[in-house]
Amino acid sequence: MDTSRIAGSASVMQPGEGPIVIVGAGQSGLQVAESLRSEGYAGQILMVGDEPCPPYHRPPLSKAYLAGEASEAQLTIRAPEALTKKRIELIAGVGVQSIDRANTLLTLGDGRKLAYAGLALATGSRARPLPVPGAGLANVFALRTLADTRRIAAALETAQRVVVIGGGFIGLEFAAVAAKQGKTVTVLEAAERLMARVVAPPVSDFYAGLHGSHGVAIELGAQVSALVGKAGEQQDVVAAVRTTDGREFAADLVIVGIGILPNSELAEAAGLACERGIVVDACSRTSDPRIVASGDCTARRLADGSLLRLESVQNAVEQGKSAAAALLGTDRPFTAAPWFWSDQYEVKLQMVGLSAGYDTVVSRGAAEDHRFSVFYFRDERLIAIDSINQPQVHMTGRKLLDKGNSLSPAQAADPAFDLATAAV
Amino acid sequence: MVMVTYIEPNGSEQNIDVPEGWSLMQAAMSNGVDGIEAECGGSCACATCHCYVDEAWAARVPAAAENELAMLDNVAAERRPTSRLSCQIKATADLDGIVVRLPTSQS
Ligand SMILES: Cc1cc2nc3c(=O)[nH]c(=O)nc-3n(C[C@H](O)[C@H](O)[C@H](O)COP(=O)(O)OP(=O)(O)OC[C@H]3O[C@@H](n4cnc5c(N)ncnc54)[C@H](O)[C@@H]3O)c2cc1C
Ligand code: FES
Repeated sequence: MDTSRIAGSASVMQPGEGPIVIVGAGQSGLQVAESLRSEGYAGQILMVGDEPCPPYHRPPLSKAYLAGEASEAQLTIRAPEALTKKRIELIAGVGVQSIDRANTLLTLGDGRKLAYAGLALATGSRARPLPVPGAGLANVFALRTLADTRRIAAALETAQRVVVIGGGFIGLEFAAVAAKQGKTVTVLEAAERLMARVVAPPVSDFYAGLHGSHGVAIELGAQVSALVGKAGEQQDVVAAVRTTDGREFAADLVIVGIGILPNSELAEAAGLACERGIVVDACSRTSDPRIVASGDCTARRLADGSLLRLESVQNAVEQGKSAAAALLGTDRPFTAAPWFWSDQYEVKLQMVGLSAGYDTVVSRGAAEDHRFSVFYFRDERLIAIDSINQPQVHMTGRKLLDKGNSLSPAQAADPAFDLATAAV
Repeated sequence: MVMVTYIEPNGSEQNIDVPEGWSLMQAAMSNGVDGIEAECGGSCACATCHCYVDEAWAARVPAAAENELAMLDNVAAERRPTSRLSCQIKATADLDGIVVRLPTSQS
């Protein structure tokens, strides 16, 4: 890939010029639109989204919304009237089908053509499909959109036995909600521990115990080989999940949470540099100076040449701000430490930094109290912190990592050591 | 409906009818009130929905839980005695007429 083009000059949008079109009306697309306005861009802003609703908060889908604690209207980030007030036009329920870069023209699913002077791609991601027979049976769901969650909530009303495939954040959050509703819940995880890709063993173990104490059966090292339909009349409805070791887990409802795939096909077809997502620099510029990209659909090229994929609200928001700035000709690099959270039962996990490649882990606090933090080090430098019910540690950790400060593993482990002193 | 007055960072006022049970954050977001970012969507995990409850109303709002207090320690703008996270305040009939001011920065 020619990275020099990424760093190259962007087309600078002048106030009044336009239109700027944003593909994808999710967390990141909305951020691009609002940042363009707040940074003084006065021209036309058009946001095209294939979902039939205004942008909404996705995290509560597997938390408060599914638990019945928040309505659909409460998930809305901005109601249509609020968008109109900011002169952000939303074309909802129609996808963008192709990008003609030579003529700076988009074709929509309904055949409409849209010209753009600047383009932002914020197409997000989709659930990774489960590559086994029976994955298409009824009552087998991914949990990605409001429409998915609506269907899941309806099916959950009558389901009693729930099987979750994948012990990552979304699967486990769903398991917690289902367990609280008195369902029989089994989580099948192919790895030897939960959330293995992102957290250290003490955190995985804590969550295995937490779910266990709520009656959830956690099956580790469980590789799914097939989903089996009902015998008799309702053969198209799931009845069980089969694993490679020949076991069967009865299920009326199956949630598949085995990761996501970036929606980068549109960009790829248009010839933009793509590798594990749409490749962008720290300022959200793609390989075309008129096009920026932000959020789940991107892979960010870091200074050392490696690619970083983040799937989080913070990333969607920060990259969205950078993308708007880039369209207006300003560099606003996103360099903050990544952060993320997950709510399961009454436990809040907050993560900051990137723990991949750690060589030392140190715990602070006691897991038995449901209040502890795990500090990750590489070559004696702090690289990440996972906090369980310790928001103060998390927030201090964010300051610390944003500043590039560190502390020693011994200090991290010492409850008497005031973390704030390392953060200043 | 509960009437809530939001005073935006630039001083302009918005009166919004908030359905009971909604948080003050949710209504502000949905209506496009400037000055709240609410990155976590109400999970008490981001501290970007900070507001100052009007003195006259501060005592009527149910007290902040421990989690919220910890997050309040880390808001971007000045923390005051009346600082709250707007996602943790639910609209109830009791709060009809409440006034909240939004800080100039959330992050
Ligand atoms: C259930 C769930 C729970 C989550 N929990 C957390 C959490 O606790 N913490 C956290 O940090 N993050 C969480 N996330 C992740 C977070 O929601 C995402 O990282 C964030 O929404 C990404 O924003 P985005 O704008 O890139 O993508 P999205 O919000 O997915 O928006 C992309 C939009 O683009 C649309 N689109 C795609 N292709 C086209 C096209 N060709 N034309 C038009 N429109 C198109 C999509 O349909 C979608 O509406 C969660 C996600 C889910 C699904
Ligand atoms: S919305 Fe994130 S803390 Fe209130």
